[in-house]
Amino acid sequence: MSESDVTRDGVRHARPDREAPTGAHAGRRRRRRGRGRGEQPMVPEAEFSSYYGKPVLNKPTWKPLDIAGYLYLGGLAGASSLLAAGAGVTGRPALGRAAKLGAAGSITLSLAALVHDLGRPARFLNMLRVFKPTSPMSVGSWILSGYVPLALAAAATDVAGRYRLVGSAATAGAAVLGPAVATYTAVLLSDTAVPSWHEGYRQLPFVFAGSAATSAAGLALAAVPSGQAGPARRMAVLGAGLELGAFRVMKLRMGLTAEPFEQGRPRRLLRTAEALTAGGAALALLSARVRDRRLAVAAGAALLTGSAALRFGVFHAGVASAEDPRYTVVPQRERLRARGR
Amino acid sequence: MSDGAEGHGNLLYGPQPDVAGAAGYPDAPPRMGFFTDTSVCIGCKACEVACKEWNAVPEDGLLLTGMSYDNTQGLGADTWRHVAFIEQRKPLAGQEPGVAHDDVDVFAAASRLGTDVASPGPGATAPPPDRAPGGAPAGEISPVSPDGRTELRWLMASDVCKHCTHAACLDVCPTGSLFRTEFGTVVVQEDICNGCGYCVPACPYGVIDQRKDDGRAWKCTLCYDRLGVGMEPACAKSCPTDSIQFGPLEELRERAQARVAQLHAAGVTDARLYGESPDDGVGGDGAFFLLLDEPEVYGLPPDPVVTTRDLPDMWRHAALAAVSLLALAAGSFVRRQR
Repeated sequence: MSESDVTRDGVRHARPDREAPTGAHAGRRRRRRGRGRGEQPMVPEAEFSSYYGKPVLNKPTWKPLDIAGYLYLGGLAGASSLLAAGAGVTGRPALGRAAKLGAAGSITLSLAALVHDLGRPARFLNMLRVFKPTSPMSVGSWILSGYVPLALAAAATDVAGRYRLVGSAATAGAAVLGPAVATYTAVLLSDTAVPSWHEGYRQLPFVFAGSAATSAAGLALAAVPSGQAGPARRMAVLGAGLELGAFRVMKLRMGLTAEPFEQGRPRRLLRTAEALTAGGAALALLSARVRDRRLAVAAGAALLTGSAALRFGVFHAGVASAEDPRYTVVPQRERLRARGR
Repeated sequence: MSDGAEGHGNLLYGPQPDVAGAAGYPDAPPRMGFFTDTSVCIGCKACEVACKEWNAVPEDGLLLTGMSYDNTQGLGADTWRHVAFIEQRKPLAGQEPGVAHDDVDVFAAASRLGTDVASPGPGATAPPPDRAPGGAPAGEISPVSPDGRTELRWLMASDVCKHCTHAACLDVCPTGSLFRTEFGTVVVQEDICNGCGYCVPACPYGVIDQRKDDGRAWKCTLCYDRLGVGMEPACAKSCPTDSIQFGPLEELRERAQARVAQLHAAGVTDARLYGESPDDGVGGDGAFFLLLDEPEVYGLPPDPVVTTRDLPDMWRHAALAAVSLLALAAGSFVRRQR
């Protein structure tokens, strides 16, 4: 502890005004931001130490727009393929076309986002060097390389109006892989040491499945005449229920690591997502009673935006939890204590 | 199999006595690793420099952080060895440096301080002999300085990639760029790394990171090139106090146990090993440490677990969610009675 200034004239200033926090005092004790409603904090403030408040983990280097966008568009595409297949079976050509085009378009954009994050297009090919079940990204790459051609073929044959048989086969194939496309991304996030992603691994796939359903339903609601949008409306309601319910359960089960979802930007995004998804689902129901296209379009837009906000909220919460050593150290300390050490 | 690392009894969690064998090396040499004894680290950062020099790691910016004297801050793409400096208000607890100077009587020399004209004046670190604390017996250093202030101690620790038995970075790498070497260490092949960055959040220790300008991931290779020709890694070679010890992991573990016992006998009861146990969350580290305080004080996680431990469960939940989505979609098409 250097306490003095050595100058030509001798020693001055016995003690500098900054003292480096040391040892057990080095933990960054965060002041809880006022919630304004006198809410109880979710968990008691934990004492912990860290190395000058530096994060234990290296935070994800993924660009938010690319990767959260990739998660969102993948969900949109996967659930749209399900709508497309259902529309094919039940004879709703307008719904089928919108869903097929939506799936093809969004999965293409999703791949573009992934490649943009990698930096160089050729780098995507390295993903296909190996198949590794231990790597959700490798598994995802292979799922996508099966799904993308099917989704594109389904859309292309529908637009061309030819090769009906090939089109139906592609639609069915895309619908089989669609749910995997929509949910594997939850494993992609969970299979990391990032506390707020890893701890929620049991419920996150359900959150993403619900969110995928609401976004696909939203797209269909906005693009399809209301006569054929019945399934989309029901999907919006069911998806919103699954998404909001699973997210609630997830936060309850996560303990301390749920905190980043309730702070700052993730909190704003997730509250927006909640409001838009619930509101969108309600509007979708209403649009069935009041036959007004504008209402259906508004419902669709709300659902699409809500689903996107959810992915971005989850993404940013994870990054925030990796940046603060508290979320790494405190739960691990608890774990050790519980094991009796 | 070109990558070697996968497909050979891929155990995701728990003890693994034959790491290289499980990765597909039938006649592997003994597993090599680091034992970093932080009780003798002097914080010279020679390891940091030697590592950069040997591996041609680019400089990562010179900045003064204002925290401690450690301006490197942590491990990253361009810092494969990092020496942490921790200031603590704790007495030294009778630590002995293990270097004997029996022929020099420093206390006799100290007692002459201030009595002759050539000795330092005000600002000298040693108290005048008449103001020495009463409780301090002759020939012993009291942890309390004359004004009653508790002494400060420095903890210095050279951190490095742990070369885990179950390495999350290796497990999640989608390209096979990360692989297990015949020495049981974990290395990134830079020509195959595609910059997906998945290994970065997967590492429970915050070791591997992405280099900003080329987008690829980099970390300690345990000087794979040097090991191949029977040399020790650059950091261990350059360490002046043998704080960084390199060798077969089994041998290092024995040596570490002996050192802990020695420190405990000397009254340093805080001494503990970190990452040496094959029963821990990553199956034991190829690079483990002797610490003088809790791991988190050094910026290390107290109980790291390889994230892929839960992977089978994750896939099960995802499959269940996928089925739910399918059911949800099917339910949406069930026509209501009009």
